[in-house]
Amino acid sequence: MELAAKHFKASATKALADAQLQKALGNVEKGFIGKRKKAADALPEFEALRDNARDIKNHVLAHLDLYLEEYEAKVTASGGHVHWAETAEDARRIVLEICQNANAKTVTKGKSMITEEIALNDHLSANGIEPVETDLGEYIIQLRGEHPSHIIAPAVHLNKEQVEDDFRRVHTHLKADRDLSEPVSLLSEAREVLRKRYFAADVGITGANFLIAETGTSVIVTNEGNGDLTQTLGKVHVVVASIEKIVPTLEDTAQILRVLARSATGQDMSVYTTFSTGPKREEDPDGPGEYHVVLLDNGRSSMLGTEYQDMLRCIRCGACMNHCPVYHAVGGHAYGSVYPGPMGAVLTPSLNGIDETGQLPNASTFCGRCESVCPMRIPLPKMMRHWREREFERNLTPSTARYGLKFWAFFAKRPKLYRLAASFGMPLLSMFGGTSRRFKSLPLAGGWTRYRDLPAPEGRTFLQAWAQREALKQEPLNQGAGQ
Amino acid sequence: MSALSNAAAQPRVGLFATCLVDLFRPSVGFASVKLLQQAGCEVHVPVAQTCCGQPAYNTGDRADTREIAEQVIEAFEEFDFVVAPSGSCASMLKKHYPGLFKGDTKWEERATRFSQKCHELISFLTDVMMVRDTGARLDAAITYHDSCSGLRELGVQAQPRKLLSGVEGVEIREMADSDVCCGFGGTFCVKYSDISNAIVTKKVGNIDTSGADMLLAGDLGCLMNMAGKLKRQGSNVEVRHVAEVLAGVTDQPPIAGSGK
Repeated sequence: MELAAKHFKASATKALADAQLQKALGNVEKGFIGKRKKAADALPEFEALRDNARDIKNHVLAHLDLYLEEYEAKVTASGGHVHWAETAEDARRIVLEICQNANAKTVTKGKSMITEEIALNDHLSANGIEPVETDLGEYIIQLRGEHPSHIIAPAVHLNKEQVEDDFRRVHTHLKADRDLSEPVSLLSEAREVLRKRYFAADVGITGANFLIAETGTSVIVTNEGNGDLTQTLGKVHVVVASIEKIVPTLEDTAQILRVLARSATGQDMSVYTTFSTGPKREEDPDGPGEYHVVLLDNGRSSMLGTEYQDMLRCIRCGACMNHCPVYHAVGGHAYGSVYPGPMGAVLTPSLNGIDETGQLPNASTFCGRCESVCPMRIPLPKMMRHWREREFERNLTPSTARYGLKFWAFFAKRPKLYRLAASFGMPLLSMFGGTSRRFKSLPLAGGWTRYRDLPAPEGRTFLQAWAQREALKQEPLNQGAGQ
Repeated sequence: MSALSNAAAQPRVGLFATCLVDLFRPSVGFASVKLLQQAGCEVHVPVAQTCCGQPAYNTGDRADTREIAEQVIEAFEEFDFVVAPSGSCASMLKKHYPGLFKGDTKWEERATRFSQKCHELISFLTDVMMVRDTGARLDAAITYHDSCSGLRELGVQAQPRKLLSGVEGVEIREMADSDVCCGFGGTFCVKYSDISNAIVTKKVGNIDTSGADMLLAGDLGCLMNMAGKLKRQGSNVEVRHVAEVLAGVTDQPPIAGSGK
């Protein structure tokens, strides 16, 4: 998708004015947070599991090359093929070739952020192959020509009335007077339509939550079972996954799974957790004849050994955005990138460079709630700050902020001058505050006073008043300055 | 003498007033002094203080931040403790200063030693000075906003509530989502004023729904943000820094509102 992160501010303002979106975002705030808390509270070892999950991923990242080689060898041994893709373009080309070799007309897809990252659907369509999204949320937004607004709940920005309208618009082969007022009827209709598409598809494409080095297995978690149907009913199964999805063992996978769904949706486990290793074997009743894994780098290896390495621990649970007040206010589309919310504010600049994406790491209050719920303990605010530092070094910080800050820092670094300016300035400002003790508008403070009053200062500064009080105390004693 | 053995006698505390308290709300500084003295501290206010450097730090300007940090360390490191009436500034001193000097062993050690002496005011009173009761009294139904840095970086949550519940006449009415950001976020509130407004609007709604007639918090940035919004909306909810109530120093008009 086209990166629109540089328009974040304008998109955010638009999102704030969208009443329907605001209502839908209220559900993110109310739903996910309580569910996660309940799930975490119910598990005494939850915090220890988070430490464990972090340690597993840190270990993998320190030895990523070795585990990737081990993984490749295991996939090959089980009859599958591993393809290395350095860029998004490489990955698109490889997937297209696999589909063309299979003479594919349609492909089904399980929900996958990585195929959003490489804009696979557009590429397949442009080459005459129809991609069909099978995750309900993804299916809905595909009908609307939109992109996911959330990494686990892609259509969370929509309400059921909008979905009903879309289904009536697209599913014209069904009776016009059918009742679609209940979520369950919408679900049944999507199921009926999609069921036929699974059987018609030549290739099934999924992402992967984990790639297990010791067994050459890819793992996906879903709540709808669509991933299983996608990967078993087609003649060919293509897994597209980024290199940091590696975990060493089955045991490690089980450990991280325990924090994944709890952090994402508050479930103990997602409804389906599907392990697939290689193509269909002779004794298997079903499964794909061919099994391919496309391993995508797309800038990730260049994050290794930098201050952004910790970001590669991310398991895409969405907890950070579910708890982010900025995400709650503007939703995922405003970020103008594949990955929204706090995790996107760190990852997007890593993948796409800071020049066009600089708004994202700035659009945070640094409230730290994202870090406090991240199951992998990724220090998200710290890494956003690192991006701000890179911007500042390269003069990408907007000039108003830059000069305003420099002006402030000039005084902050010169206490005597600061005291002098403050001892004149604040009483003056206090006087202008008048009897209402507030400013409804103030030159140069428009960003503040547009929406709120500025409380007037009391008058003398604290240090001025303190010095005066101390001087009065000293006077009667008539003591020397040295005492 | 070590800080702790000194503390057993009369610890020398350097008060880092914070720029907002210094410039906008001196009464919070005096309330802090009173609370610290009541707790048995000898309070000093070094004149070489300006700001902790957070605006520069969060804008990505490490060079200026470091210069400011050196200045703060030099002005305050002689004291047994450094106390700030703000979770966010205290956290800057305590959690973020050492990292500014990575690669400069001498300064890094100095900053680390310094950071260990730094505390947020209310948690310092309860956790270090073991204060259980400040002896204040006030007839008010209060609600308390947990400011983000103090809450998540320093673990300040139970401490102010514990002390407030001991203030005679005070009734605590918890608002919904008291631990959710108010939308201040330093420069965020002016850089992204539309989003900040959306966040503070929700916060003010929760304050109203709590039915409290007074809003307290431990950070002047958040307080000025919420007070500014409450005033703009014509609310009567009185806004004060928690130190003012705990010290029983409520002679200055509130930051916003007129109470009941």
